[in-house]
Amino acid sequence: MDIFLQQIVNGLTLGSVYAVVALGYTMVYGIIQLINFAHGEVVMIGAMVAFSVITALAGTALPPVLIVFAGILAAVPVCMLLGYAMERIAYRPLRGAPRLAPLITAIGISIILQHVALLIWSRNPLAFPQIIPLASFDVGGAIITGAQIAIILTSVLMMGGLTLMVYRTKLGIAMRATSQNPQVAGLMGIDIDRIIAFTFIVGAALGAVAGVMVGTYYGIAHYSMGSLLGLKAFSAAVLGGIGNLAGAMLGGILLGIVEALAAGYIGDLTNNVFGSNYQDVFAFLVLIAVLVFRPSGLLGERVGDRA
Amino acid sequence: MSEVLLRCANLDKRFGGVLALAEVGFSIKRGEIYGLIGPNGAGKTTLFDVLTGIYASEGGGFRFAGEALAGLRPDEIAARGIARTFQNIRLFGNLSALDNVMIGRHVRTRAGVFGAILRTRATLAEEAAIEKRALELLGYVGIAARANDVARELPYGDQRRLEIARALATEPKLLALDEPAAGMNATETQELKKLLERLRADGITILLIEHDVKLVMGLCDRVLVLDYGRNIAEGPPREVQRDPRVIEAYLGGAAA
Repeated sequence: MDIFLQQIVNGLTLGSVYAVVALGYTMVYGIIQLINFAHGEVVMIGAMVAFSVITALAGTALPPVLIVFAGILAAVPVCMLLGYAMERIAYRPLRGAPRLAPLITAIGISIILQHVALLIWSRNPLAFPQIIPLASFDVGGAIITGAQIAIILTSVLMMGGLTLMVYRTKLGIAMRATSQNPQVAGLMGIDIDRIIAFTFIVGAALGAVAGVMVGTYYGIAHYSMGSLLGLKAFSAAVLGGIGNLAGAMLGGILLGIVEALAAGYIGDLTNNVFGSNYQDVFAFLVLIAVLVFRPSGLLGERVGDRA
Repeated sequence: MSEVLLRCANLDKRFGGVLALAEVGFSIKRGEIYGLIGPNGAGKTTLFDVLTGIYASEGGGFRFAGEALAGLRPDEIAARGIARTFQNIRLFGNLSALDNVMIGRHVRTRAGVFGAILRTRATLAEEAAIEKRALELLGYVGIAARANDVARELPYGDQRRLEIARALATEPKLLALDEPAAGMNATETQELKKLLERLRADGITILLIEHDVKLVMGLCDRVLVLDYGRNIAEGPPREVQRDPRVIEAYLGGAAA
């Protein structure tokens, strides 16, 4: 088995999940310059809702793919509603406030959501029922599972769809206009409040699907899964250049690959002093390196360009 | 053509202790070019901001096409038919010229969220129509060849034209232009004058802030002079030019 190729496959899988979550951070930042730290919790809620539905349906005779699909179908609207409520109740009243206020609010919401999940689902992790047969394929020495293929394909489809929406539709133009200059966008007849709410809803929908994917991949979902995942996806968004859609996608995939390669080789390189459980460190090493050497990110504009 | 399009009465706007607009009142008739002049800081741009919903006035109000608009949001006012340009150009700099104008069409089109996601036939047809109209408008202001250039890389004069095209895309009844000739050379100003005359011929009422005296005198049907937020004179340009209060405002009290 080829470790390098295998870790690339694993990294691509994880990376595409990071990319989809990072899009939620970057879209919101692009439009109102807020880092929505509660986004990781939206992803978690998505996973928990989906797992509840999947567990409930696991005993039935429905085909497994349909069961997972039903889980996603339940998680997406719940998260969309959550995203909308968050914007409406917590962030919109603070639109004119200094930037620190909504940021701290975001951290507050994140804590609230975690504890609401704790109340609903308890502190025990939900396990993904073994309903999907573990199909796997051998590609040039690396093993790729059916779930990995599904995760990568779904992510690519969602990223493609989002890109089309932002760059090819009237709604997308309205979003880009609002992000560049909300005041002038309003004068052009764009209802800014609606566009901002819509941005939160789309980001939350993507997050819901990402939650199901990452839960399925690890076979487990629990109330605190959102914070580490959220921080990594945030790092990915910063790596690519926060506010930049293509940047979030690139940053997510790169981060996934860096993490996977680091996990694969760190044991050999350090004579097993550090094991693969140190993989989480690398996302943040990358974040620190980006902030020191290229704060605007790989594809970001220079900070001065922002109005 | 003497029907009143916009009537302002007793508009007040205060910034802290500064009275930016004090009991400003005037009316613009349909089809005319109405000039707004006054020394720097007289409140001209503030008046534009109030008329387009960026600021709410503290006192008074204004009626546009028979409807009271004070207190509405900018997008609601845009939908009622007032569009503007800015003294310091405010294009969507990272978007193409065409995209800038297409954004202006936003207010006149209906396709919603679901249409955009599902790519319904009606949405696609509407988006094609938006693009066609936007290209026509770029042609109208004379920069059709620049359609795909990024807005911030256009020459200065073309950026001003693009702002006008973008404002026209909202199908305004009243077009408010904030110093459209600022920074233009003589040739560009002449072309601008022709463009504004063509707009008037096409039935668009224009409210014009401008410091270029020759342009104001040559274009405007009537002129309002503001000084320290108050209207001090109104009338045809020739008369206003001779008004002693106007001369005093521009040259300072000591010279009078």
